[in-house]
Amino acid sequence: MAARTVRVPISQPGVYQVGALVAAVVFLAGLVLAVGESPLQVFAALLRGAFGTADQIGRVVNTLTVLLLCACGLVFTFNAGLYNLGIEGQLTLGAIATTLALRLFGEVLPGPVAIALGLVFGIIGGVLWGVLAGALKVYGRVSEIFAGLGLNFVAQGLAIYLVFGPWKRPGVASTSGTEPFGEHLWLGTFGRTEATPVSVLLALAAVAMTIVLMSRTYFGLRLRAVGQNPRAADILGVPATRQLLLAFALCGALAGLGGALQVVGNFHRLTPTISGGLGFLGLLVVMLANFNAAWVVPVAVFFSALSVGSLQLPLVLRQVDSSLAGVIQGVLVLAALIGRGLRQERAAHGD
Amino acid sequence: MATEQWVIVLATAVASATPLVFAVLGETLSERAGVINLSAEGTIMFCAMAGFAAALATNSVLVGFGAAAVIGALIALIVAFSAITLKQSQTAVGFVLALLFSDLSSFLGAPLVRIPGPTVPAFAIPVLSEIPILGRLFFSSDPLVYLSYVAIAVTWVFFYRTRAGLMLRAIGEQPNAAFVRGADVVRLRYLYTLLGGALMGIAGAAFSLNFKAGWTFRHTGGYGWIALAIVIFGGWNPLRAALGAYLFGILQSLASVAQDQFQGVPTQVLNVAPFVLMIVLLVVTSSGWLERLLAGAPAPVRRRVLQALHAAPPAALGKPFRQD
Repeated sequence: MAARTVRVPISQPGVYQVGALVAAVVFLAGLVLAVGESPLQVFAALLRGAFGTADQIGRVVNTLTVLLLCACGLVFTFNAGLYNLGIEGQLTLGAIATTLALRLFGEVLPGPVAIALGLVFGIIGGVLWGVLAGALKVYGRVSEIFAGLGLNFVAQGLAIYLVFGPWKRPGVASTSGTEPFGEHLWLGTFGRTEATPVSVLLALAAVAMTIVLMSRTYFGLRLRAVGQNPRAADILGVPATRQLLLAFALCGALAGLGGALQVVGNFHRLTPTISGGLGFLGLLVVMLANFNAAWVVPVAVFFSALSVGSLQLPLVLRQVDSSLAGVIQGVLVLAALIGRGLRQERAAHGD
Repeated sequence: MATEQWVIVLATAVASATPLVFAVLGETLSERAGVINLSAEGTIMFCAMAGFAAALATNSVLVGFGAAAVIGALIALIVAFSAITLKQSQTAVGFVLALLFSDLSSFLGAPLVRIPGPTVPAFAIPVLSEIPILGRLFFSSDPLVYLSYVAIAVTWVFFYRTRAGLMLRAIGEQPNAAFVRGADVVRLRYLYTLLGGALMGIAGAAFSLNFKAGWTFRHTGGYGWIALAIVIFGGWNPLRAALGAYLFGILQSLASVAQDQFQGVPTQVLNVAPFVLMIVLLVVTSSGWLERLLAGAPAPVRRRVLQALHAAPPAALGKPFRQD
């Protein structure tokens, strides 16, 4: 029911894109000036907040790993022509499934085995939720946009129910989540920071796999063919149904793994907002990266630094709320979309 | 429950559904013209903040609603420009705007958090409010609630009983045919997208100046997405969409009563219901299962059920218009 194809243009940045980027920066500077602060000071505070101490760098890395997993998954769905807005739900279901695994095996199996099972459960949870959206799309002809948004709320409802119901903390249930797991179920960290080597390795592996699959294999080619024109692909012998379901499954697997890392690496428990909005942020990352797996990495690093760096803003500069990170991210992506649109429109009119 | 309790539950439902009624009417208008305004979540939240700020600054509720409507239309203008003029994906732009304006409302609204401000005054309609039960349900609240009844009726009459309404539906179904018949598709799509955005802006102000008076971070969180689901549930018909909003109001109102009896399960879990209903309805109506299921039923029954559940989106929804 919505525009069926995600257009994946291959283009050099043109004068419109640069112009839109400049306009975005000017707008953001004006916004900061409007609340009575200096843009340069805010920028410096953001940098300090993201990279000032080892602790903060650790937090950036942890956010980055989950964001990269989501973004890599979304590269597949976007290139298949899908708006997988259900990624938040896939992330959440992954986290729920991991929590289930740790509750089942955490005290009966050795820590590392239980954690590994938790990661596998997370992947399965994400795949289930992704394939559900895919099945609704392929067999039920329900737009993945609305099915996905709906399934996000169902997943979040399930998380809230579990945190306040069957899995509530002994004593009183609270929005801070379930009872934290014992430290034997936490992923090991780099020194005293919160960053975990396992998450970094998994995220790097996902990036490598995505780049190779998309640019070096027949699978990537077929996926793009389906994304450009599902009917033509079908006629030429590429079964669109299977490719679409595969894209949903892959994205769900990576997002589910991200959800698992949120539990075993970051929060060490299930919270009602376990996704932290990283699935939606992943959509912005991939759009700004022009649906290209290699570009996803620098954009994701920048966005993670913004998200973590902004948390301290209200403590340093009284007038600046931490929501500035989301504003910057949104304005940049909006400018990129409009810049791209202006360029295509100009090209279409031949001048 | 005693009658008295039911009256209270239903009256609360009618009042609390009012902002959603404005939102679903706005989104229905825009989608019937062929443009999905996926920014609803951000538009409603930002306009709730902006409307509250404007009303606070001028001490006038009317100015607050006016400002919210104008800003809602301006956000819709971004959607319209990208979708109609630049032919970009409506989903992408709307989604980015939904996130961007949610965060912008937190950023600019930070100084307004938990400050008391003006609200819409209560006003019982004389005579009508004296009617037993019905009077207390529908005619004893405030002018905004009454305005929402008028908006539902006007939208429905406009859609199905005027020439302009026929054109509106035509540009969402068959833009090329409408163009041949003399409709200025581009201008009309701009017009209805902006009007829809203005209604969503009013929905935002209806929260912050009336039903959830004041401003806090993410004050209207979730309502924009719920509005999008209800538009589908309403089968792109303004009357059915409004009924959907009231149904949701009743559900929420009942949930807050049930909360006292079933402690532990928070009401947010019930917010899932409209989404589940939306998905089920979409599956039932768009996959053809229903037709097959009803194949054996007598024709009049089949026709009536299909009509009642009809939920086909406007055929050109989300597609850019290319004159040919």
